[in-house]
Amino acid sequence: MELSANNAPNVLGEEGRKPVETVQYIVIRLGEEQYGIDIRNINNIIRMQHITRVPKMPGYLKGVINLRGEVVPVMSMRLRVGLSDDEYTKATRIIVLKLEQEGNVGFIVDEVKEVVTLSDNDIEKNAYNANDEKSNLISAVGKHNGELITLLDLNTISLEGN
Amino acid sequence: MDVSQYLEIFLDETKEHLQNLNTRILELEADPENMDTINEIFRAAHSLKGMAGTMGFKRMQNLTHDMENVFSEVRNGTIKVMPEMIDVLFQCLDALEEYTDSIQFSADEGSNDNENLIRQLNDILDGKDAEGGAPAQKKEAAPKEAAGAAEGDKWDNIALNDSQIAVIQEALSQGKKVYGLNVVVQEGCMLKAARAFLVFKAVEELGEIILSEPGAQEVEEEKFDRDFTLFVLTETELDEIIKAAAAVSEIEGVTGAPIVLENNKYFGKAAPEEKAEAAEQKPQEQTAAPAPVPAAPAPAPAGQKAPAARTDNKKQTPAKPVVNRTVRVDIEKLDSLMNLVSELIIAKNSLVSASDKEQTKTNSAFNEQVEYLESVTTNLHESVMKVRMVPIESVVNKFPRMIRDLSKKLGKKMELYMTGEETELDRTVVDEIGDPLMHLLRNSADHGLESAEVRAQRGKPDVGSIFLDAYQDGNNVVIEVRDDGNGIDVEAVRAKAVERGTVTPEQAANMADKEIINLLFLPSFSTAKQVTDVSGRGVGLDVVKSKIESLSGEVEVKSKLGEGSTWTIRLPLTLAIIQALMVVVGDEKYAISLGSIKGLEDIPTSDIKLVQNKEVINLRGTVTPLIRLNEVLDCESKRSKDENLIVVIVKKGDKTAGLVIDELIGQQEIVIKSLGRYIKQCKFISGATILGDGEVALILDANALI
Repeated sequence: MELSANNAPNVLGEEGRKPVETVQYIVIRLGEEQYGIDIRNINNIIRMQHITRVPKMPGYLKGVINLRGEVVPVMSMRLRVGLSDDEYTKATRIIVLKLEQEGNVGFIVDEVKEVVTLSDNDIEKNAYNANDEKSNLISAVGKHNGELITLLDLNTISLEGN
Repeated sequence: MDVSQYLEIFLDETKEHLQNLNTRILELEADPENMDTINEIFRAAHSLKGMAGTMGFKRMQNLTHDMENVFSEVRNGTIKVMPEMIDVLFQCLDALEEYTDSIQFSADEGSNDNENLIRQLNDILDGKDAEGGAPAQKKEAAPKEAAGAAEGDKWDNIALNDSQIAVIQEALSQGKKVYGLNVVVQEGCMLKAARAFLVFKAVEELGEIILSEPGAQEVEEEKFDRDFTLFVLTETELDEIIKAAAAVSEIEGVTGAPIVLENNKYFGKAAPEEKAEAAEQKPQEQTAAPAPVPAAPAPAPAGQKAPAARTDNKKQTPAKPVVNRTVRVDIEKLDSLMNLVSELIIAKNSLVSASDKEQTKTNSAFNEQVEYLESVTTNLHESVMKVRMVPIESVVNKFPRMIRDLSKKLGKKMELYMTGEETELDRTVVDEIGDPLMHLLRNSADHGLESAEVRAQRGKPDVGSIFLDAYQDGNNVVIEVRDDGNGIDVEAVRAKAVERGTVTPEQAANMADKEIINLLFLPSFSTAKQVTDVSGRGVGLDVVKSKIESLSGEVEVKSKLGEGSTWTIRLPLTLAIIQALMVVVGDEKYAISLGSIKGLEDIPTSDIKLVQNKEVINLRGTVTPLIRLNEVLDCESKRSKDENLIVVIVKKGDKTAGLVIDELIGQQEIVIKSLGRYIKQCKFISGATILGDGEVALILDANALI
């Protein structure tokens, strides 16, 4: 299968029959930008709730919440990607990610929009300069319905600055 | 036979037996004539041999076998307990421990035959033979004979109560048959209780078991040696029943015969009138019959007076001290149980806070139930805690032996006195506490106690004393290691610290004795003049300290030069659920462990004094520094500046401090949750807890704030 795909990528790709790997992403909005998070990393999406501040923590670390009996740290995705501080609205959500090393970590996002399915063809890797600080968090850019979605590499996002 | 699945049980039990042997042999050394001790030793050695044999550990079996021989001669009184013999026995125990360790790591006992030890054991035996080989032989033969005689007609030696006799008579008169069955389980059978159960089941298909000896309960708990006896009421033939029972695997043999009541030893004991009476009451008694069955073994030992019956009895139920019925449970299962209880307590707290909020609407019945729930969860929590608690005995038991060995090795006379071995601690803590305690004891034995000459000069008794005392103190358990030795030479430590460059000479001169002593807990700091293999490498005390601290405990030392030192370890009773005081700072809620709180004070601002530009208050004669929590926690205080301060007085050892808070909420039982690895915990936050309304509150570590 791989072989045939390599032999005639264009033809098969255009017809959409190519048995490519597809991944589902949750699309979130931060300000005007759209970001995608691999759905396999996501444990839970919850409404904004009271966050208990933990003293002496870096600014992007907002505090901890109670997720069904478990104490989960929450950080601001906006501050992590270099935007201004959050303004909580009705659309604000906390996305709880299950990360390999740290366990559950929550991220505050402005809005959760939709779930999209992207195939390998829709994803462009290394579009950003790897030396750029901000782009460390970005694994690739996806194309969906003519819009661009920045795909986040979450294992780096949580580790950084810690 | 594949025995790997039993390895864990084998190791557990072997360790228990070895510990038991260690303790008992120590007892024997002090009191060589004590028959109970000797018997206990013999039994432990015997079980050990049996287990090793079953598992196929031949070397271990051989060694224990020879040890058993020695014990058996001691028991028979043909050889006396000599100090050299005790030494050899201890060496044997060490060798057995080596085997056990090796088995634990590689499932193989290793290749050390310990011939030397076996020869020494045999020498001990030979020494005896010269004096009295003959009586020993005679004695050996005797029990065998007795056992043989008892074998065939076991059922005739079993006491029957009236109702059972009545049942048998009734059955016989109805033309049914009553058989006595004696079932012998194969030697080395691992699951005796299971086999016995299968036999019970097989027999019950063909008839009714009216009595078993030992009782069904005991059989189920494996409290029988290799055989058990059944009384079966049936209509089928004897052969068929024997066949059914013998069909169960690992059953060595089944013998049986019809019961003839007149042959029963105890049949005659029932007075004739009683018998007649019993016969009259047959109908009722028959229904009542099943009930007395489990109770049947109880009257048996009381009634047994004939010598034959006694050997019989001994064989079936070794006269062990009655052990509590226990279940071995995986600690992980207990952990998950504990977590569930924690969840329940959180849920209960939410209910309580919900009912508080809507007080006007709720009726009293609801409140009653909430209160009831509260008491149930508190009890449940306590029970689960208790399940996880084990006495520190299991850890400290090995210390007398260690001190004895150290005493020989170091050439110092010393004695260990222990109290409070029954003090209980959380299982996880007990598992970890052994090494630190061992370090401290070795330290006392090696550095603490002086040599005999010095002791004589100072007018101290020539036997040095080391004390290990454990007791519960509120929510803590305190373990003290104390000695009457030299104590810590503060000046020597001071000089050493300067020499090693740990502190500058000026610093050293200004440091209080207590601070100097605390230097001992630094890594690689040892004042011992020589390095021995007991201690003095400087790896001890810092390990002790870090280990204790990892268990949320603390260690302190008090010492007086020339008089001895006391090491005090203070450990929390539990690590998971604590009583805490809830307070408000700014608009945030925090919990402070009740264990570290000394009191609450209302302080007018005018009472605040400044010492070295720091705020202090004079609290009943003690100068107590104030810590403004809103400053430490970076938040705004809601109280106006001239209002009285609410101060929580906390203590850490001898030190106290006052934490200034905004508001008090009250006392609450909280479940400690970790903040997770992701948040590098700030020093004075020891964790978090979930409140009744679902919010998270942080737990302040008062110790870190002082």
